Amino acid sequence: MAARQKNGKQTVWFQNPPVIISAASVVGSREGEGPLGKTFDRVVYDTYYGEKTWEKAEQRMMLEAMQKALEKANIQDSDIDFMLAGDLLNQIITANFTARALAIPFLGLYGACSTMYESLALGAMLIDGGFAERVLVGASSHYCTAERQYRFPTEMGNQRPMTAQWTVTGAGAAILSREGSGPVITHATIGKVVDLGQGDPQNMGAAMAPAAADTIISHLQDTSRNPDYYDLIITGDLGAYGKKLAVQLISQNGYDISERCSDCGILIYSPSQDVHAGGSGCGCSAVVTCGYLIENLISGKYKRLLGIGTGALLSPCSSQQGETVPGIGHAVAIEMR
Amino acid sequence: MPAIKQKQLYYDMVKQSAPKPRVWRNTFWAFVVGGLICLVGQFIIVFFRTRGLDVNEAGAATSATLVFLAAFLTGLGVYDEVSRFGGAGGIVPITGFANSMVAPALEYRAEGMVFGVGARLFNIAGPVLVWGIVTAWVAGILYYFFR
Repeated sequence: MAARQKNGKQTVWFQNPPVIISAASVVGSREGEGPLGKTFDRVVYDTYYGEKTWEKAEQRMMLEAMQKALEKANIQDSDIDFMLAGDLLNQIITANFTARALAIPFLGLYGACSTMYESLALGAMLIDGGFAERVLVGASSHYCTAERQYRFPTEMGNQRPMTAQWTVTGAGAAILSREGSGPVITHATIGKVVDLGQGDPQNMGAAMAPAAADTIISHLQDTSRNPDYYDLIITGDLGAYGKKLAVQLISQNGYDISERCSDCGILIYSPSQDVHAGGSGCGCSAVVTCGYLIENLISGKYKRLLGIGTGALLSPCSSQQGETVPGIGHAVAIEMR
Repeated sequence: MPAIKQKQLYYDMVKQSAPKPRVWRNTFWAFVVGGLICLVGQFIIVFFRTRGLDVNEAGAATSATLVFLAAFLTGLGVYDEVSRFGGAGGIVPITGFANSMVAPALEYRAEGMVFGVGARLFNIAGPVLVWGIVTAWVAGILYYFFR
């Protein structure tokens, strides 16, 4: 027998759609100078943010995003039942060390750059399942910490191909609640790990596009919806080339989303910022969702949107050993009621 | 559709969508940037020569000066911009080598002087040294037998 709140193979629906009662974002200078700069709560101009290491700076950004979200909702950390968060660093130290500072029962997540949407989906399930009243979710990334872990020291001179993306420095946090006012989460489609054999870690958009396409198609099939149900279908960090590929793959399956689709990684920077294909990292979809998207849902610009957090599930070790780059995409339908 | 066929189709799609690397533009700027670094080196050699050093001494002093300059510019956060723009023109000269040593030294300070800086100093330069030495060794052996 199929589960009561499941539609089709991958989608869950919520009986009492959990409400996003507040959202906050803290970003670095490049993001602050980008086209979405005004939608973020705080822009930090020092990559160290007054700390000794970039890792500590990233933790401070995540902590501040979470505190800001609590402040906006006008509640205390003791009012939160669970915290779900993750990041890109080994052993997700940003999320773990941030949870150390907040006394909230904590579940650490890793979905690479899809983590924000993984946390939204799981948080909504916890609430609608009756296990929590309020859940704090979030994700972060930092250009310098990601660069030193995945690629080269930051001051090392090298030339990146045009398909490469720029890791967003920023943290986003949101509070989901059973009651309250704000945009609601109506469905979540949990992605499968999809690998069409792309092995170039400098072209992660191409590695993730099949996973994003697979999740979007599954979502539309599971909910029997057409793409025009949504005002916006927005992927996490496919970048300019990945987005094109995803649209193409989806059209091969009979759905045309080209008119209403976008990508957080494309929106966050302007082409003049020389970031090549666009932004990436957990922080990318996190800050764009917690800043720009939620703001535009509340203002009424969008009534229904489908966000798809996209993650490239590689590690420096797997890449060096010649493994391909598997991708994943989690979709969350957010509506204003 | 069989998985292999699907992967092949997707491979072709990716190949079509990815932008062509701007080879001519990159080569031109690599030539200009690399050439400028060599020009600076030539000025320094001439300077040391006029100060009374012989050819070998002036060459060594010039290398040391260029390494110092590149290390200094790396510390100021300028050299990575030079290589980002100039590509191989910034990476191949001795200044690029200096950059590849100083960048990890700065980067891994946070992990301590022994396991940070000490252990990772040759992260990038190490492979260049290892395979440079191996190649020289192979060339030496060939030279010994076939001269």
